[in-house]
Amino acid sequence: MVYENPDGVRIGLEVHVQLNKLNTKLFCGCSTNYHDSEPNTHVCPVCLGLPGSLPVINEKAVEFAIKIGLALNCNIVEQTQFHRKNYYYPDLPKGFQTTQYDFPIAGEGKIVIEGEDGERVIRITRAHMEEDPGRLQHMGSIDKSKGTLINYNRSGMTLIEIVSEPDMRSPKEARRYLDKLRSILDYLDVFDGDLEGAMRVDANVSVYMGERVEVKNISSFKGAERALLYEIMRQKNHIRRGGEITLETRHFDEARGVTLSMRTKETENDYRYFPEPDLVPLRVADWVPEVLKTLPELPDAKRDRFIKEYGIIDMHARALTTEIKVANFYEEVASKVDPKAAAVWVADILKGELNYRDLNVDAFTVEDIVSVIELVTSNKITEQSGVEIIRAVLDNGGKPQDIVKEKGLLKVEDDIVAKAVEEAIAENPEAVADYRAGKEKSLNFIVGKVMQKTKGRADAREAREKLLAKLDE
Amino acid sequence: MAAWTDISGIIQKIADSSAEEVTAAYIETIGKSRINGFTTVWDEAINVAREIDAKGHAGPLAGVPIAIKENISTKGLSTTCSSKILQGYVPPYDAHVIERLKEAGAVILGKTNMDEFAMGTSTESSCYGPTFNPWDMDRVPGGSSGGSAAVVAAGEAPVSLGSDTGGSVRCPAAFCGVVGLKPTYGCISRYGLISYANSLEQIGPLATNVADIATIMDVVAGYDHRDSTSINRENTYSDALKDDVKGMKIGVPDEYFGEGIDKDVEKSVWDAIGKFEDMGATYEKVSMPHTKYALASYYIIAMSEASSNLARFDGTRYGLRTEGENWHVMASKTRAEGFGTEVKRRILLGTYALSAGYHDKYYLKALKVRTLVKQDFDKALANVDVLMAPTMPTPAFKIGEKIEDPLSLYLADVNTVPVNLAGVPSISVPCGFAGDMPVGLQIIGKHFDENTIIKAAYSFEQNTDHNSRRPPEVA
Repeated sequence: MVYENPDGVRIGLEVHVQLNKLNTKLFCGCSTNYHDSEPNTHVCPVCLGLPGSLPVINEKAVEFAIKIGLALNCNIVEQTQFHRKNYYYPDLPKGFQTTQYDFPIAGEGKIVIEGEDGERVIRITRAHMEEDPGRLQHMGSIDKSKGTLINYNRSGMTLIEIVSEPDMRSPKEARRYLDKLRSILDYLDVFDGDLEGAMRVDANVSVYMGERVEVKNISSFKGAERALLYEIMRQKNHIRRGGEITLETRHFDEARGVTLSMRTKETENDYRYFPEPDLVPLRVADWVPEVLKTLPELPDAKRDRFIKEYGIIDMHARALTTEIKVANFYEEVASKVDPKAAAVWVADILKGELNYRDLNVDAFTVEDIVSVIELVTSNKITEQSGVEIIRAVLDNGGKPQDIVKEKGLLKVEDDIVAKAVEEAIAENPEAVADYRAGKEKSLNFIVGKVMQKTKGRADAREAREKLLAKLDE
Repeated sequence: MAAWTDISGIIQKIADSSAEEVTAAYIETIGKSRINGFTTVWDEAINVAREIDAKGHAGPLAGVPIAIKENISTKGLSTTCSSKILQGYVPPYDAHVIERLKEAGAVILGKTNMDEFAMGTSTESSCYGPTFNPWDMDRVPGGSSGGSAAVVAAGEAPVSLGSDTGGSVRCPAAFCGVVGLKPTYGCISRYGLISYANSLEQIGPLATNVADIATIMDVVAGYDHRDSTSINRENTYSDALKDDVKGMKIGVPDEYFGEGIDKDVEKSVWDAIGKFEDMGATYEKVSMPHTKYALASYYIIAMSEASSNLARFDGTRYGLRTEGENWHVMASKTRAEGFGTEVKRRILLGTYALSAGYHDKYYLKALKVRTLVKQDFDKALANVDVLMAPTMPTPAFKIGEKIEDPLSLYLADVNTVPVNLAGVPSISVPCGFAGDMPVGLQIIGKHFDENTIIKAAYSFEQNTDHNSRRPPEVA
């Protein structure tokens, strides 16, 4: 099956990733751990842009940027440089943003996503470093605000902007791209994606190979999919009505799910980029070999290894390697029980139960899932009881062994089932006769009787098999 | 209190009396001043001097008063760049040089007047009004560190710090008959110096004599991790205080004696070079063919950087704020009201030079010229030890004479700006008079070879008496 892309949709994404796992900001020693702090408490002359202050590059931030570049299969530039992007905004304390321009730290890479019609390569244009501005807080709504407060705690945080080529053909592919990016970044342990503002997305969208429209202010992956769906529909409708799409920047209104025009090409800013004189060019090519050594196994490589090493199916391997935490969890489980059984229990059952409750894998222990798998594979409980135990642990806590006892889930002994089968046959001659006369339904009635006699602790499938064997004797 | 006391004289006085008495005497002198050199006298200065007395005068500058230019951040002491837009701004931190001075025991007397944001050659564009030249109250002290030079010349402070982006230490040193050094780019941390043109400027000391320049350099120069352009290189500047120029090779660039040079200035400089010959040095003429393009390159680079550096002054966080119906109006009104004419001119020209469509034609071309100017210096200094030329082509001009004609003011910087483009060190020392106004000899050295130019200047000072004459305005 080949995806036709009937509307000629082309989507490129610019993703801002905040490297909040660094201890200090990009150009000063201020702590990055501001998320629960009072406003303007994580600031200094440098990130407040006070007159006379000067930036000093955070080496660890450069290392992280190289790591990200390598993970996205990018070329790392020989020598990187910072530029000033000049524009006025109250959240920008220096009146310019220190960013990278013609020498971004990483250029030309690619990642592979699951596209509309199988694997699809999305080309990365570049990944560059820049500083985050502060945050504005409007008192009241944005248009009727009585005043605006500025919090500079975020000012000077390290951002990596990852720019893709317009290689995505649908909002779904865009979503897959974002998920894959998040997955890779999680593997690299360079940021905590759960923190507010950790990943921000701008999208470039065009239809029928026309002009592109930039959509800004997308704050979540779900939001990205919605914004893109809306924007594609808007552009198609506009063209259908005889309109023309021109280069413009639009703002995504998350609450209403629509995009609104911010500025057109004519009013586009001239940022007057020029090299930041306060920072010297940095030869980063020499750093690459060292950083390469710290690069972990990435999702695609891990998936391939899982298939080979544990003999599990591709679908399970994918599900297990999307999140680094799940992958590590699985490998621990697989070292203690049959890897194939482990794959089924972790990928299909546990992940499903966790997703349903909006929990992550930290909510369950390796020890507990191993217990459950062992109970099932040693035939002590039924598969259904295993699921029931997982649910109980997630909802009420407790250990699987105790839950088995509390709920009386241990399977009854074989001879007890055999006895119950004999009794059920003896006590229900009519049903037996009906069955033998070809009424399949009667069998279910007798199985029910067997289950009654064992108080439900027999495996229904097993009881049925035993009953059939007896009746067919 | 006798004016024109050098640092060693002051240290002797402190030993005989106290730092408190010495500081009080300077403050009294400043109180009687007519030259408008100081913008603020620090009300803590006496207390600091008292503490130094109590601690027993530790540190190489224990109790030595020093004046600081308005654009160097001083914790708790107003730092405004002589601009209305920074009225009320009191830095919460000290510049690196101030930290070093305080550690050495120096007493900050106060802040000195300057051209607004260091953009000028006359100290006339200050929001505090012009500073007057102690040699002639009708004349400018030079700029932009006019206050720092004038107060030293007038005996209101023994030493001071200025900043030099295109000659702003050397020009007023020459006009006021004192010594001023612009160190190699990267020699002194710029942390805390309010930027005008980052890639060009350095903080530099001014004093009545060369030895004091070396003493201050020993304190303020050196590596600072907070300035990425600061160079990690040890040097003791006072080691260069030797009277010995035997065999020193001097290069004299023709281009620095061009059109418009004052005859008396020219004569004083050639006399000085003759003196060096007498002392055992030799000279040869050298050519620096790109000098004529330096001025244009300098102004484009400086204005471009300035247009970005000065963007932060928007009334949001500190300094002047003129309210408006929204942020953009507020910021625009604040900037319209807060910046003076020359600052606005440079912001506009710099913005233009960096704009799409003009960037390559102006900014990029200026960078290329800068490289050529640098090569001129590399070539010339490959064969000689130092270059000598007039610091300024004329003596100090009259107040109001050039301020309405920016281009003629820019032309006055013709001999100083190439040095900043190249990043090399240069010192201006008094070498005579044009009428009653002092003339400065500029001695330019190789990168990080401050010691050679200090040695040359020191030897010249030891063998001449140009700085024995005092200005009439010494209180």
